Amino acid sequence: MLSSETHRAVEAIWRIESAKIIAALARRVRDIGLAEELAQEALVAALERWPDQGIPDNPGAWLVAVAKRRAIDFIRHKVLRQRKEPELAREIEAQLQDAAPPQTDAALDEPVDDDLLRLIFIACHPVLSTEARVALTLRLLGGLTTEEIARAFLVPEPTIAQRIVRAKRTLAEAHVPFEVPRGSELAGRLASVLEVIYLIFNEGYAATAGDRWLRPELCDEASRLGRILAELAPAEPEAHGLVALMEFQASRSRARVGPGGEPILLLDQNRARWDHVLIRRGFAALARVDALGRVYGPYALQAAIAGCHARASVAAETDWERIAALYDALAQVVPSPVVELNRAVALAMAFGPAAGLEAVDALNSEPLLKNYHLLPSVRGDFLVKLERFDEARAEFERAATLTRNRRERELLSERARRCVGGSGSTTQKGFPIHVDG
Amino acid sequence: MRVMVIVKATRDSEAGVLPSERELAEMGQYNEALVQAGLMMAGEGLQPSSKGARVKFSGPNQRTVTDGPFAETKELIAGFWLWRCRSMDEAVEWAKRAPFQEGEVEIRPVFEAEDFGEAFTPELRAQEERLRAKIESSAKL
Repeated sequence: MLSSETHRAVEAIWRIESAKIIAALARRVRDIGLAEELAQEALVAALERWPDQGIPDNPGAWLVAVAKRRAIDFIRHKVLRQRKEPELAREIEAQLQDAAPPQTDAALDEPVDDDLLRLIFIACHPVLSTEARVALTLRLLGGLTTEEIARAFLVPEPTIAQRIVRAKRTLAEAHVPFEVPRGSELAGRLASVLEVIYLIFNEGYAATAGDRWLRPELCDEASRLGRILAELAPAEPEAHGLVALMEFQASRSRARVGPGGEPILLLDQNRARWDHVLIRRGFAALARVDALGRVYGPYALQAAIAGCHARASVAAETDWERIAALYDALAQVVPSPVVELNRAVALAMAFGPAAGLEAVDALNSEPLLKNYHLLPSVRGDFLVKLERFDEARAEFERAATLTRNRRERELLSERARRCVGGSGSTTQKGFPIHVDG
Repeated sequence: MRVMVIVKATRDSEAGVLPSERELAEMGQYNEALVQAGLMMAGEGLQPSSKGARVKFSGPNQRTVTDGPFAETKELIAGFWLWRCRSMDEAVEWAKRAPFQEGEVEIRPVFEAEDFGEAFTPELRAQEERLRAKIESSAKL
């Protein structure tokens, strides 16, 4: 086999195996920074040896075995240095036993699921900043290189590298235990994990900065992490809720960008272009939420809303009354002006633009929405429908100055222009729905 | 990227021999690993070609229907998966882990609009959109 071919195969294997290897090592050495270094050393060894020796039949087990051998070397070293502390030495001795090289084939038969779940929880630990959690999760769980993460987030590589180094140090200094949180701690910690995954998804889906509307690689990565989490924690309804939400949103990704790269709003999308495999998966994930028989959390509620859209084969068939009711429920679980804004849109669709305008006017003094482009944009929509074109134009112009996305700015300016002279075209039937857009 | 992993037919699959309990268990385990890794989007096993049919096209109006079975076993399909993965290399690595003792699988990337590169200009994309819309509306007639 050519060495470049082997190289690519090694990379692919690394992507598949790295999280499991790091997780298994982290349990033994109790330090994810060290665990990752050891895993990286195994990767280097594979890159050195496999081009000559060929790829082993069970490459994952090979990598685990090598990494564990490195772990033993490391621990022995530490024991030698710390001989004067017999207690510590004994403890490490015990770890050593645990880390004894297994028969290569048996290595992957060990239950790694719990380790993987622990790794997710630790990478998303609240002691870390959100940015650090995101970077560490992509690095440790996604197997992405620092360079890939940097490219995806449009930041310089050293920034990400530093973020990861600091995050590992913070975790080590805080002596964060390598375990799945239990009892009262679990809910908050799970929320942090879900938040990180959804953030990664949204970074790809909403593309808050830059010229591109979509960065699919981040969406894919988040969907994948979500599915992994849902399989590892099947009794958590919100894990399935998040998966459902991401599947529904991803199902529209082909339809939400026009031929020239311009965004197409939900209600204007060609629904034939939605990905029905993903829609089916979304409903399947929602069914798993239902099967658990608990009250819908915020992700499940948002997924249910997205599901209402997915179920309508044409926009006119959308069950807006149900959507308004779901937004009502969502506003109670997570009170937020953004949710209220979306509720206003649903009310307008269900009961007419005047109802929507009334709801949205209640938000005008909301400080959190002061610089939020969707408030004037939604208000502009209602005003167009009520044929108050001058007011509508002012709202669209204001919205255009507030958005950071170039494509969106163009779209809003275009809508402002269409309002000029009171002839404002009402062909624009879409509302820029944020939560499920 | 998305790939379709096409499982080729074997003498057994064409003969309608059902998988043993052990084979089913192994396949179940493999599918579970695919789901847990977040790859699996869809997957089905197909009944033998003796239960199938072919429609052959020659010219705008001429259609010939042939009932199965069909002869060329190795060219027939016995099942498929749809995976979402990061690269062909990753798909190949996963495919190598499938619990088959014989036969062959074929991995084919699904076309995405981006694959057409710059040759797929905004104008052509617009045309494609129009075509899709037409296909859709004619399908409703």
